[in-house]
Amino acid sequence: MKTEHTPNEVSIPEETLRKWEARGVSRRDFIKFCTATTAAMALPMTFVPRVAQAMEDNRLPVIWVEYQSCSGDSEAFLRANQPAAGDIILDVISLEYSEVLMAAAGHLAEEAKQQAMEKYKGKYVLIVEGAIPKGDGGVYCTVAGRSAVDSCTELVRNAAATICVGSCASFGGIPAAAPNPTDAVSVMDLVPGAPVINLPGCPVNAENLTATIVHFLTFGKLPATDRLGRPKFAYGKRIHDNCERRAHFDAGQYAEAFGDAGHRQGHCLYKLGCKGPETFHNCPTIRYNEGTSWLVMAGHGCVGCSEPQFWDTMSPFYRRLPNVPGFGVEMTADKIGIGLAAATAVAFGAHGVASCFRRGDNMEQDKVIEEE
Amino acid sequence: MAKKIAVDPITRIEGHLRIEAQLEGGKIANAWSSSTAFRGIETILKGRDPRDAHHFTQRFCGVCTTVHSMASIRAVEDALKIQIPDNARLIRNIIMGIQNVQDHVIHFYHLHALDWVDITSALKADPKKTAQLAQSISDWPNSSVKHFKAVKERIAAFVSTGRLGPFQNAYWGHSAYRLPPEANLMAVAHYLEALEWQKEVIKVHAILGSKNPHPQTFLVGGMAIPVDPDSQNAINADKIAYMQKLLKKARLFVEQVYIPDLLAVASFYKDWAAIGGGVGNYLAYGDFHMDNAGGTDNLYFPRGVIMGKDLANVLPMDEKKITEYVTHSWYDYSGGNDRGLHPYQGETSHNYTGPKPPYDFLDTDGKYSWVKSPRYNDQPMEVGPLARVLVAYASGNQDAKTIVNYVLGQLGVGPEALFSTLGRTAARGVDCLMMARMNEKWVADLVNNMGRGIYETHNAEKWDPSTWPKEAQGFGYHEAPRGALGHWIRIENGQIANFQAVVPSTWNAGPRDAAGQMGPYESALVGTPIADENKPLEILRTIHSFDPCLACAVHVMDGKGNELIKVKAL
Repeated sequence: MKTEHTPNEVSIPEETLRKWEARGVSRRDFIKFCTATTAAMALPMTFVPRVAQAMEDNRLPVIWVEYQSCSGDSEAFLRANQPAAGDIILDVISLEYSEVLMAAAGHLAEEAKQQAMEKYKGKYVLIVEGAIPKGDGGVYCTVAGRSAVDSCTELVRNAAATICVGSCASFGGIPAAAPNPTDAVSVMDLVPGAPVINLPGCPVNAENLTATIVHFLTFGKLPATDRLGRPKFAYGKRIHDNCERRAHFDAGQYAEAFGDAGHRQGHCLYKLGCKGPETFHNCPTIRYNEGTSWLVMAGHGCVGCSEPQFWDTMSPFYRRLPNVPGFGVEMTADKIGIGLAAATAVAFGAHGVASCFRRGDNMEQDKVIEEE
Repeated sequence: MAKKIAVDPITRIEGHLRIEAQLEGGKIANAWSSSTAFRGIETILKGRDPRDAHHFTQRFCGVCTTVHSMASIRAVEDALKIQIPDNARLIRNIIMGIQNVQDHVIHFYHLHALDWVDITSALKADPKKTAQLAQSISDWPNSSVKHFKAVKERIAAFVSTGRLGPFQNAYWGHSAYRLPPEANLMAVAHYLEALEWQKEVIKVHAILGSKNPHPQTFLVGGMAIPVDPDSQNAINADKIAYMQKLLKKARLFVEQVYIPDLLAVASFYKDWAAIGGGVGNYLAYGDFHMDNAGGTDNLYFPRGVIMGKDLANVLPMDEKKITEYVTHSWYDYSGGNDRGLHPYQGETSHNYTGPKPPYDFLDTDGKYSWVKSPRYNDQPMEVGPLARVLVAYASGNQDAKTIVNYVLGQLGVGPEALFSTLGRTAARGVDCLMMARMNEKWVADLVNNMGRGIYETHNAEKWDPSTWPKEAQGFGYHEAPRGALGHWIRIENGQIANFQAVVPSTWNAGPRDAAGQMGPYESALVGTPIADENKPLEILRTIHSFDPCLACAVHVMDGKGNELIKVKAL
């Protein structure tokens, strides 16, 4: 059936669609992918053909390494949807090294990595999963007898760009939680000044990873980031800003206990410890597993997993965020009226409250205050 | 002449594993298993809120991503004597059940199959004959000539680019590959199909747990996911229907694709039913509560121990008999490194004494791994689907008996074939099918509760730490996809005083103990034939049959002392 064209509509050349069909990707799926990815990158729809064009070019060489990881980000990638992991591996990128998926092992696997690094020097994208332990000469993580400190530094220096997937590679994550027994660091702390983009979250949202790769393919560079290296298209707003329970927060309707009537009816989880007001991430709009759900939708508060040092600063996870001087979230929650709620919303929106707990965090002015 | 080789990294696993092996006369004469990465999460857990522990422990591993939540929450619930509501039991069973099913299928197709399936040979297959083969072993609808032709063309187009990505540099063409091209093409097609399937069926985790990996709705005392047929923000009829659809899809794939493929591939490799047996002792904690009494009598997979392959005697499992050794691990015990410590007394200060990187070989006479050596009654034990299925089979579980006998019958082998690399891989399929069928029952039970107006998912009686005793300790267990998982917690003044995980891959991947007894990986490798020492495909076959998962196996414990904090205080 022919659909009506509006003047603003854009199209993907027939030839491109046919090529993808020959590769086993239906035209519907391909168009869906290009549209969804364009939207995920917060680009106007006029960019759809450009995204489609980018997918036409030679497959991007990608080296995916893991250090102090749990492979959760690799697993998240396997759940990628638009396009699916199988399509990405066969059609979009050339995955030169990935410990979870590659068929080769031992020295042959190492050889593949070294060869790719040399052959695509300055051209490959490096994906790092896991933190890197600097302690005691790097003995806390070795691969093929070589320390992570050593091999990660070399791979980052030779890459066109490095994408840190998950909170460990981005900010040190769980190995770097106090007392950080292995002196674990993030990639940007290991190799200062290198072109690195951070996709924190525990694990990374696969849709954000796909969108970042496609952004790179489309524009030949990494997307714009905030001061923590996180792409603005995915981390530009707080969970709280887009939360599906926000209306209940504003209306003063809170779940008081897990499983109570308010909880069952989708009321705000703030009193059960939700860290949404402090966390920058697009979970409420992108969700997980093909948009199936996310923490708040499933009845559990946000734990703030995309923020630096969240293990230390966001826990205990079931304690509500403390008072904010001046207007007091906690007080507001207890005595909420519609007028008060509106005032709170304005205050949150104004980004005017300083934080005292995130040392060295340039984003601190965007944060709600946290008690020490 | 003896020659030592090292395989590092062992790929298609979770975590960092290194195998060193000594070859003699075309066989492995000696083997050493080493984990080469360490994070120290148990140390990080010290002093934190026990209700938070599951968020931390789940990050032990991102592959079987619910299992550490379960074990740590059960440890806290055991310590505080908390009984969970029936709905929480059912939701946990479903989450754990689909985890097992999805994880086993990913393991078979994406982590293990390439040890048996030669992708390059698939390009020589006749799609027509492949379709005939597929249709002869299964009713799976997606077995047309057109389908296999399309897969073959897609792979051919991929190969023609000259860039093989994750499939380059592998052992293709190795003499140990034995499948005809048609079987290889069928397996490759299902490799791709399983990749699609797994991301669909695991949405059950997203529905009940918020996302996958790392579902986050577990709570001490129950679950955070609400149940209410009259709410659009809870598990209601709509979400139940969606889960039922996904769980049926999961079961059909296991019944019509995984099990037939497993049997088809195994029939070409029957000699592997006599290779890779290992220690011959099996341990299962049992799991999947069939009622809400809270005891361990009514578990779908029973608890028990089998020693020396003696299926006639399933011994009771006694948690007190578990100890861990560090004789060959990079840790020190204050009372001497040659004694075993029970997890409640567990202590560790990490002390790396291995070679300075970069290195070629480890000092396997000394300490050589970040994994400790757990022992049961001072014996090395294998855990995992094989142990679970053997204990169930030998205990008379009817489902286990029926499926095991079917699989053995199809392959024309006896129960002794189970004690092998092939048996381990086959048992995983049996385990998967059992779980795939149970999941639908648990959803039906949940529906039944909801129909009776039972919506409770969380017991908040002891949610507030001020209601807790000053001191408490508990053991939390779970039959994870990879086997017997145990967490031990000591709580003091509402905080974690000590936390220890003894995980499936610690049992299986651990190095030698004080008595010099090998761990299961090491023991299973001895005697394995190696056709080409430069391409030790056979090592991968046996190691992958255990489904290694190393990140969680490596842990450091800070028992009573504060060695780590002292070392690292900056």
